[in-house]
Amino acid sequence: MSQLLSKLASSDKHGEASPYFDGWKAYDNNPYHPTHNPHGVIQMGLAENQLCSDLIKEWIRKNPQASICTAEGIDSFSDIAVFQDYHGLKQFRQAIAAFMERARGGRVSFEVERVVMSGGATGANETLMFCLADPGDAFLVPTPYYAAFDRDLRWRTGIRIIPVECNSSNNFQVTKQALESTYLKAQETGIKIKGLIIANPSNPLGTSLDRETLESLVSFINDKQIHLVCDEIYAATVFAEPKFISVAEIILEMVHVNRDLIHIVYSLSKDMGLPGFRVGVVYSYNDVVVSCARKMSSFGLVSSQIQSFVAAMLSDQRFVDNILVEVSKRVAKRHHMFTEGLEEMGISCLRSNAGLYVLMDLRQMLKDQTFESEIALWRVIINKVKINISPGSSFHCSEPGWFRVCFANMDEDTLQIGLERIKDFVLGDKASKNKNCNCICNNKRENKKRKSFQKNLKLSFSSMMYDEHVRSPKLMSPHSPLLRA
Amino acid sequence: MKQLSTKVTSNGHGQDSSYFLGWEEYEKNPYDEIKNPNGMIQMGLAENQLCFDLIESWLVKNPDAASLKRNGQSIFRELALFQDYHGMPEFKKAMAEFMEEIRGNRVTFDPKNIVLAAGSTSANETLMFCLAEPGDAFLLPTPYYPGFDRDLKWRTGAEIVPIHCSSSNGFQITESALQQAYQQAEKLDLKVKGVLVTNPSNPLGTALTRRELNLLVDFITSKNIHLISDEIYSGTMFGFEQFISVMDVLKDKKLENTEVSKRVHVVYSLSKDLGLPGFRVGAIYSNEEMIVSAATKMSSFGLVSSQTQYLLSALLSDKKFTSQYLEENQKRLKSRQRRLVSGLESAGITCLRSNAGLFCWVDMRHLLDTNTFEAELDLWKKIVYNVKLNISPGSSCHCTEPGWFRVCFANMSEDTLDLALKRLKTFVESTDCGRMISRSSHERLKSLRKKTVSNWVFRVSWTDRVPDER
Repeated sequence: MSQLLSKLASSDKHGEASPYFDGWKAYDNNPYHPTHNPHGVIQMGLAENQLCSDLIKEWIRKNPQASICTAEGIDSFSDIAVFQDYHGLKQFRQAIAAFMERARGGRVSFEVERVVMSGGATGANETLMFCLADPGDAFLVPTPYYAAFDRDLRWRTGIRIIPVECNSSNNFQVTKQALESTYLKAQETGIKIKGLIIANPSNPLGTSLDRETLESLVSFINDKQIHLVCDEIYAATVFAEPKFISVAEIILEMVHVNRDLIHIVYSLSKDMGLPGFRVGVVYSYNDVVVSCARKMSSFGLVSSQIQSFVAAMLSDQRFVDNILVEVSKRVAKRHHMFTEGLEEMGISCLRSNAGLYVLMDLRQMLKDQTFESEIALWRVIINKVKINISPGSSFHCSEPGWFRVCFANMDEDTLQIGLERIKDFVLGDKASKNKNCNCICNNKRENKKRKSFQKNLKLSFSSMMYDEHVRSPKLMSPHSPLLRA
Repeated sequence: MKQLSTKVTSNGHGQDSSYFLGWEEYEKNPYDEIKNPNGMIQMGLAENQLCFDLIESWLVKNPDAASLKRNGQSIFRELALFQDYHGMPEFKKAMAEFMEEIRGNRVTFDPKNIVLAAGSTSANETLMFCLAEPGDAFLLPTPYYPGFDRDLKWRTGAEIVPIHCSSSNGFQITESALQQAYQQAEKLDLKVKGVLVTNPSNPLGTALTRRELNLLVDFITSKNIHLISDEIYSGTMFGFEQFISVMDVLKDKKLENTEVSKRVHVVYSLSKDLGLPGFRVGAIYSNEEMIVSAATKMSSFGLVSSQTQYLLSALLSDKKFTSQYLEENQKRLKSRQRRLVSGLESAGITCLRSNAGLFCWVDMRHLLDTNTFEAELDLWKKIVYNVKLNISPGSSCHCTEPGWFRVCFANMSEDTLDLALKRLKTFVESTDCGRMISRSSHERLKSLRKKTVSNWVFRVSWTDRVPDER
């Protein structure tokens, strides 16, 4: 049969065979539940925003006319049910444009005619690749980057990803140097670079770009006359400085930049926590791209039922202003709770100001600074500590030892339990390794103590348990949901 | 613009076709009974607007499903987060059972073999990505749905090679036409990966006969290629005959669970049968596990919204509703089709005898100045701009004979349909042909009727090698 199928169908370029998804499988096989399965695996590998669903539910209760299926809204049913115009409902596009503006503090405006629908940001990213590049062309992507870009950008489009390596020495910020040298190297090997794609705020870093960095990125692409795709799907999750700066703001100031090169991807999956509704947006400053992406949106239109609902909800300015404040507030609270909890046990994270996750630094716990050790540690965390987190290697991180841990996809109690499990593991193992060390540190000000404590965090890898996990085969699962994680 | 991909700069999206241009003209000047009574009437849109009242009354009676509740409890959060590309199991089960019901429960569909997609637009494209390399070809009988040029070819790089069908036998697929198409592909150095048919056909409005289906299955067996059967109009069958699915044929030929059955795939959607194109519910059904697996992953690019899945799983699980709906849908479509056909007849225009679909395949060859596609386009422009009816010219459907037009009947009210027919009749009477009609209308109608009967008789006798099942 495989010779009767396309290469796409019979290869595994979809990227799902990566160990990234083993964590998923472990969770699927044994999901945590506070009462039914308290010893199950806690899902901390899923970048979902569950923090504001109460606000949305309340809005829905107060606005039954927003649904075309309720008695209050049913008069619109037939008009909406037949609506499949790929321009999308005008009120939907207006509401999305307004929402995007408010999420940027009203500092920029977005044209309704440039808002193009897509099947989530997944669909938006793929569509932009189809518009901007031919098979064999390449896009630069700073590492570490969202694991599913390998599928979304490359699988059916045939384009290549050229990673731009970033390092922890400067908190993984992308430098002009790195961009220039990667670009040059690619050119020398005859690879045609069509553009640069960045996620701002970043997944998995949880950081948003400052003005200077953004300006230099825009200068870089303008200088080379290549495209810049900014995936801004975590825009509203920014809770600390630097405040979120969209590329839309930058080009307002940098008037000499060729706007035909600038494209934004947006979605309601992260900021609003509505991944199930599949609301993706392509926003391009290039008229030809808008037109083409719009035609391509036929392959992933937003359900009219959802368009109609979202149009009503996001036109409610009071609701929008309130939820934007709350998202930021609640993400901040979770972030602090989690990072402080980790600090107490001597684990630090990359300093972050956005996103639904943190990048945890477990380099000191590796047997050696290799990705094999990272994966070994990760398997222990999944199977012994029973939390699903994502190893940095799955995000193409250039340095082993970093792990992305999500904190917004569960209630506070579950997060606490997650922290407890990590604590038990870290301290328990430390205790078994170094009985004389008495530096369980729960005082933030005792930096010196913490530093020495961290030095002793290395796991005892002579244990049988570690060896078992290194040797164990990949976990199989009856199904492997590929989510925007 | 060199900076963009060739997909952008080519016109593989197919939108320069007259099919879409007619729509654009309609958008500029749409008919409204009160606000714009002289506007253009949209008859180029294959929508089913006849049964919304049934769905709306179901919604009123089922507030839980309508308001995202299960047993009175809100499941909003669950739905807001649900993005598993395997789809909701209860929804796929309901889809499978609905598809079985449409086929008289003669065949079974395993929910595990269903892959959800954002409409059949996405389903068809995804199947192409799974079955064809860029440059490979699929054979399609003409005339075919104009959107296939975009859906099957644009981003996939696949090619379409037509299987030429002609009015001489009611546009049925013949063995020689299949072989010719295959050879043509070989001549063009294209590797044929399969055949794609729409059953019931768009734009013909006819269901494939058992003879044609057997022929197709035999053909793909001998060539070791795939068969995609786009059955999105399966629930619009209103003729005396029963809808025969390719799945029926596999069963009757005892080919279930064989190698061949793994190369037969069905595409479905709720856009036509249920009249819900806005909700973007499409599906691929395949017996081949590798295809189900790959297509499932690809569905990430166009998942069905969770809210929609939940609502429709409740709707389709209500068997009392579905059986009442299918019966009523059939009745109303039949009555509409009759209204269109008799209205056209009184203007001296005949159609291909149809038993399904939301449109008729109308014969206006006698109104052409010359038997050419230029003349067809001239006639079409007159109808669009002067008569103000948007209908679809056969050339946009790759028909090999000029003079045929697809005219939709289920996307407007009865009054609007009557008005459209009146306008058309007035137009025809003003033409040379029409003047001929009014001068000797009785004679002409008589001979037209004879022609209609003889066409019908011809088709019946042609298919009569096996007992007539059309």
